[in-house]
Amino acid sequence: MTATQLDRRAFVRVSTSALGGIFVSAVLPSGAAAALRPGRLNAANGVINAFVRVEAGNRVFIGARACEIGQGVRTSLPMLIAEELDVPWAMVTVEQLDYGLLPSNESPGFQPKYGDQGAGGSTNIPDGWEELRMVGAYTRQRLMHAAAQQWGAGTDVTSLRTDAGYVIHPDGRRLAYGDLASAAAQVQIQDAQPVLRQPAAFQVIGKPTRVVDAESIVRGRASYGIDAKIPNALVAVMERCPYFDGTLASFDATAAKAVRGVRQVVAIKGPAPGEPVDEQLADGVAVVADDTWSAMQGRRALRVTWNPGPWSKDSSQALKASARAALSQPGKVARTDGSVDSARQSAAKVVTAEYTVPFLAHATMEPPNCTVDIRPDRALVIASCQSPSEVSRLTSKLTGIPRLNIEIRLPRSGGGFGRRLRSDYVVEAVKLGMQVKQPVKLIWTREDDLQHDYYRPFGVHGMTATLDPNGRVTGWSHRVAATSRKFRDAGQQRAPDWLGVCDPDNYPAGLVPNYESTFAPVEFGLARGWWRAPLHTFGAFATECFVDEVAQAAGRDPLAYRLELLGEPRQLKYRDHGGPVFDTGRLATVLREAARAIGWGTTPVPAGRGRGIACHFTFGGYAAHAMEVSVSQGRVEIHRCICAVDVGQPVNPLGIEAQMMGGTIDGISAALRLEITVEGGRVQQKNFTDYRLLRMGEAPDVEVHIIPSTASPSGAGEMGVPSALPALANAIFAATGRRVRELPLAGGAGLGT
Amino acid sequence: MPIHFTVNGAPVAFDGDPTMPLLWYLRDHAELTGTKFGCGVGACGACTVHVDGAATRSCRAPVSTLEGKTVTTIEGLAPGGSELSAVQRAWIEEDVPQCGYCQAGQLMAAVDLLRRVPNPTDADINRLTNLCRCGTYPRIRRAIHRAATIIAGGENR
Repeated sequence: MTATQLDRRAFVRVSTSALGGIFVSAVLPSGAAAALRPGRLNAANGVINAFVRVEAGNRVFIGARACEIGQGVRTSLPMLIAEELDVPWAMVTVEQLDYGLLPSNESPGFQPKYGDQGAGGSTNIPDGWEELRMVGAYTRQRLMHAAAQQWGAGTDVTSLRTDAGYVIHPDGRRLAYGDLASAAAQVQIQDAQPVLRQPAAFQVIGKPTRVVDAESIVRGRASYGIDAKIPNALVAVMERCPYFDGTLASFDATAAKAVRGVRQVVAIKGPAPGEPVDEQLADGVAVVADDTWSAMQGRRALRVTWNPGPWSKDSSQALKASARAALSQPGKVARTDGSVDSARQSAAKVVTAEYTVPFLAHATMEPPNCTVDIRPDRALVIASCQSPSEVSRLTSKLTGIPRLNIEIRLPRSGGGFGRRLRSDYVVEAVKLGMQVKQPVKLIWTREDDLQHDYYRPFGVHGMTATLDPNGRVTGWSHRVAATSRKFRDAGQQRAPDWLGVCDPDNYPAGLVPNYESTFAPVEFGLARGWWRAPLHTFGAFATECFVDEVAQAAGRDPLAYRLELLGEPRQLKYRDHGGPVFDTGRLATVLREAARAIGWGTTPVPAGRGRGIACHFTFGGYAAHAMEVSVSQGRVEIHRCICAVDVGQPVNPLGIEAQMMGGTIDGISAALRLEITVEGGRVQQKNFTDYRLLRMGEAPDVEVHIIPSTASPSGAGEMGVPSALPALANAIFAATGRRVRELPLAGGAGLGT
Repeated sequence: MPIHFTVNGAPVAFDGDPTMPLLWYLRDHAELTGTKFGCGVGACGACTVHVDGAATRSCRAPVSTLEGKTVTTIEGLAPGGSELSAVQRAWIEEDVPQCGYCQAGQLMAAVDLLRRVPNPTDADINRLTNLCRCGTYPRIRRAIHRAATIIAGGENR
């Protein structure tokens, strides 16, 4: 971990006087410090601290702090603790930790109990890497001191060792963790910070480990947000304004209220035109009933009229036209090196191409939902979410209830993909709960979910490369005309206008003498947000398809051309999330590995097929894809699909493989058919019948190659997506001679000349 | 007039709204939330159960159609804490689930497939139309092959 990354976090010094007994001589990341304090916790059940308890019988329970959205953190984060606690994984039972706050004497009067519990930006593993291993190490240290205490004065704690859940004396005596737990919670120690294990000694980290919840999932017992049960809870569904920034004009609830089981019909106000949309998307009318079917039937009987609002003439056709026109405007400069204009003047060859990528919906398999119980002075919220601190903040803001009095339970989430980083569905449920004055579960239907979302931005990329007589790139210009992610969010005021759509420091920035990244804004009414590998899924398609076209113009092999462009292994500055550096050598390594695995240049390509390759740096991780495809009668068949990744030290290789397989398939799914289109100011897609996710029969086997490494790990949840789309497009070119300039491919519209 | 059927062996006499899809009866009235809501139009399969042994999308099966029928849900594959079925074991061994939300429906569809086609090819498996947003398809294929092997007795239990 670099000094810069350490500086990013707020460290606290935990002192004897403040915490009555535990003294830590060196700093500990603030997230975990609170959780290690003794005395405030229930000493029953073998609790040693907020993360670890060991019951008599030596059953070890480790808390999983983060939102589990399918990225495997409920397994991988506890593995970090288990490693340094020195217990075999087979001894561990994982328990989900709900959102935790502790009182604090300092403003704002509360602090996180477990550290960061959200799921976003692939940060769980890198943020937990040191912190959670330290939790394990500090806990083990306490157990050893508790054992020394029990063995009597004169026992040298440094002579003790641990193994398989026991502290062991040099003379062979041993004490089980389970028998030491309550002493370990109380013991006073003044040791130095424990030393963490070296990778060569890892017993848990790096071992393929199955998801901890597999049995409960296959039995149908795993509980998701939508499964929440609170006594007396009603169920609600909401009819929302279908026009972005439209408003509720009138509604007639007479027929709805006559439906058996319907209890109330409540209007819920959304943001007015021009107001921030980060907390809620639309006006709506909620039907509240005894059960889901009654609510749905009641909703069908509603009569609602809407004011269409200022965006009601919006259409995707007009958007595309205005974006393409915007490409010829000067635009705002995100980065400029040298002069691409001078390079153009002296160029032997100029290559240009435009790439268009659509709005995408998240379509989490579990639609948005939230269950609330709002009382005058306290509240309970159960929601599949990715930002529990936002859920807490918003609930408190709406109700006036202090944050310490709001209980937030964290169920397993049926997918996140960035959708649940926004808590708008929680805001709706809380508003409803305050009106209904009874516990209520708000459920979105699939239609609601596709028609109301913070969509992955739409954009057109205008690429230009200038070549010297040897075919080398002298200048590279990447202009993006797009609906950026900076959109009506008060928290984004300091963000650049090109938020989420320009990646100015990514490859090939720093690799070519003249470089320019520019942005031309395009106005549109749809709300935009984070969609798995935000920015990278949006941009890598253009960059990596264009490198291929440039290689072709230079008469060079796409793999060799990329490796030459990457040049000598070195670190370039990278200022966006995932930095502070981008390592050209690590990207070259995964590129070579993907190429080797598919037989690039070494095995013949079967007749009628083509191979494509692409690579990308995402959030600190390096990925490359190689695919072999054939195209017949407009259908693409993927015969081979390779994904090579470097995530630093692998924590759970089985989980990394799953994320790469899933990310690759996500990318292929998006590339083939997915787009959100707008006509008359309304989203046209309604359900999976017209937003057609990839199916089993279209999903290739994905061979995942994980590069061995002991570098600080990066997160694997998102980085499998970005290079999959251009690898597919480049393979289609190799098979057909036609470039893919627009996504999705569906209907052949994506195949250019 | 009540509608009579069984769910996981237990008798039900239902006299609510007969147009209610089986999915919402299970989730809201039978405390069986293992069967999931994904789309409501039969397009995703997250709601797959067995009706008289055949895979059925319960969001499209009104209770009115269930008179005299036998319904099995994911909870009924290995009732109580009882031993897991071969498909469930294979699913764990192949580490299939990611978010897990679609998996109950996938399992029910897989069990149905294996009853009809004990030794399915990839082509047979690829005809399954249950959606998975997380992309667990490759491991589902492996798990179904593994389950077929377990069922055929090719591996020690």
